[in-house]
Amino acid sequence: MPPVITVQHLTKRYGSFVAVDDISFAVQQGEIFGIVGPNGAGKTSAVETIMGLRWPFEGTVRVLEMDPHQQRKELAERIGIQLQEAELPHRLKVWELMELFSGFYRKSIPYPPLLETWGIWEKRNSRFEELSGGQKQRVFIALSLLNDPEVVFLDELTTGLDPQARKQTWAMVEQIRAQGKTVVLVTHFMEEAQTLCDRVAIIDGGKIIALDTPQGLLNSIDGQSGLMIENSPEMDMALLQALPTVERVELSNGVVSIYGNADNLVSSVVLALEQHRIPMRNLRTVQPSLDDVFITLTGKALRD
Amino acid sequence: MKTYRKLVVAHAKLFLREPIALFFTIAFPALLLTLLGIVFGHGNVPYPGEDFGYIDQQVPALAGIIVGTIALHSIPVITANNRERGILRRLKASPMPAWQWIAAEISVNFVVAVLSLVLLIIIATYAFGMRFAGSWGAVLIGFTLSAFSFMALGYLVASLAPTPRVATAAGQILYMPMFMLSGAAIPLMLMPDGVQSVARWLPMTHVVIVLQSLWLGGEWAMRSIWVLVAMLAVGGVLSARLFRWE
Ligand SMILES: Nc1ncnc2c1ncn2[C@@H]1O[C@H](COP(=O)(O)OP(=O)(O)O)[C@@H](O)[C@H]1O
Ligand SMILES: [Mg+2]
Repeated sequence: MPPVITVQHLTKRYGSFVAVDDISFAVQQGEIFGIVGPNGAGKTSAVETIMGLRWPFEGTVRVLEMDPHQQRKELAERIGIQLQEAELPHRLKVWELMELFSGFYRKSIPYPPLLETWGIWEKRNSRFEELSGGQKQRVFIALSLLNDPEVVFLDELTTGLDPQARKQTWAMVEQIRAQGKTVVLVTHFMEEAQTLCDRVAIIDGGKIIALDTPQGLLNSIDGQSGLMIENSPEMDMALLQALPTVERVELSNGVVSIYGNADNLVSSVVLALEQHRIPMRNLRTVQPSLDDVFITLTGKALRD
Repeated sequence: MKTYRKLVVAHAKLFLREPIALFFTIAFPALLLTLLGIVFGHGNVPYPGEDFGYIDQQVPALAGIIVGTIALHSIPVITANNRERGILRRLKASPMPAWQWIAAEISVNFVVAVLSLVLLIIIATYAFGMRFAGSWGAVLIGFTLSAFSFMALGYLVASLAPTPRVATAAGQILYMPMFMLSGAAIPLMLMPDGVQSVARWLPMTHVVIVLQSLWLGGEWAMRSIWVLVAMLAVGGVLSARLFRWE
């Protein structure tokens, strides 16, 4: 089966400014594919070009084997779109918006079950302007699914939501994929990508600087995972450093950090401490995050 | 057709839920007619040497205010807002041919304009004894031309204005002199010659001339008709080329 999306050497310029710089990737059927990176990285430019909403561009893009610019309308029938910046007429009610957008597609699915699934059935008689940020986001998701699309593009889905609403939204994205749809998830939250995505492309300055599964990305950075123990008089740093599984030991603020990438790091450290009767107070493991990956790759922190 | 029908329904609802637009397009012309009729109507007695009175010439004149309000208030402000808020962007991302959104908006505005004029006719007939010496079919044609010609101007303003504030201001700057000087509110024949010659350059004056001629004697004021046709053609072509969805 050919990839659902193929992007080859895509470059998008605004005047002389290069917003997307020669990126290539493919998205397979049924994947949640993440495009992550800081604000201004070029994520929206890339994804809106791929959806056929921005042109001209250089390179080759195929979505569902269609050219997104030449066959924009045909493609729009088969993809779901949630834009980063969009609004709907404030004074239309939720059901009226669903009714209106149903009329835009050759084939659409009935909207009441959609509203139920996304938890806004109770709000069907509310005007769009009366909805909370999270409810508006649900309306946008429901609209993006109205044509029963094969691929759904979600751009900064959870920006502006409180942590609880964000977690709920994540569950919804899983649900979209469970229906067999392919999802392209654009976000500047590394945690979101790490939680949801099967594969992640990290974009910075318009370029893809890494593309792998979240675990693959985490494994690619050395010496970031390990464990921490409260320091004690019996602590023997040399002993730990001598263990074959340990790459590095650090002591700061009364906490000993032991880093290494071996699968049996924790068990070997615990065994050694146990044998030498060194107390293990407040032992916890340290997991690197995609934020660490980004920092390691670019040397700069992600801004929110 | 299904798409267009749903768009018309949506635009109609949006219009009915917009109290300011509702007031200025429907209530304001009717209130103005009522007020002017009470103050200047004098029982609609014919002017010396004419067979029409104040009310008879004022109803077609107020049609200019109706089309002007829709074209220079409603259309630029609503379009610029829809654009700035990203509503037009979201619509354009769907497979719906985007021009259908505009077509539905024009349809609803046209119906509103006709209803507003009908309301004026009813008030003028029953409250002020309006006479009518033309044909209603011809009036409908003249009014349709006026409305579409002005809406083309309105979309041109909407296309050129970068922000809702500019759209509002530009609409006002075009509307106010026309309101005062075109004969729509104050009869042109009562104005000094200087004003009358300036008024010739205002598109609304030609709406007033076309509709008054049809109303008072069934005459087609061809020069003014051509002015409106030209504005429709130029405004239509330019706004189709310059219209921005984002
Ligand atoms: N329509 C546009 N015209 C000019 N510059 C743009 C436009 N859209 C985005 N940019 C610029 O391109 C860069 C990437 O923007 P964007 O694609 O929105 O990034 P992201 O979605 O990753 O935050 C930014 O520097 C932004 O200012
Ligand atoms: Mg973005």
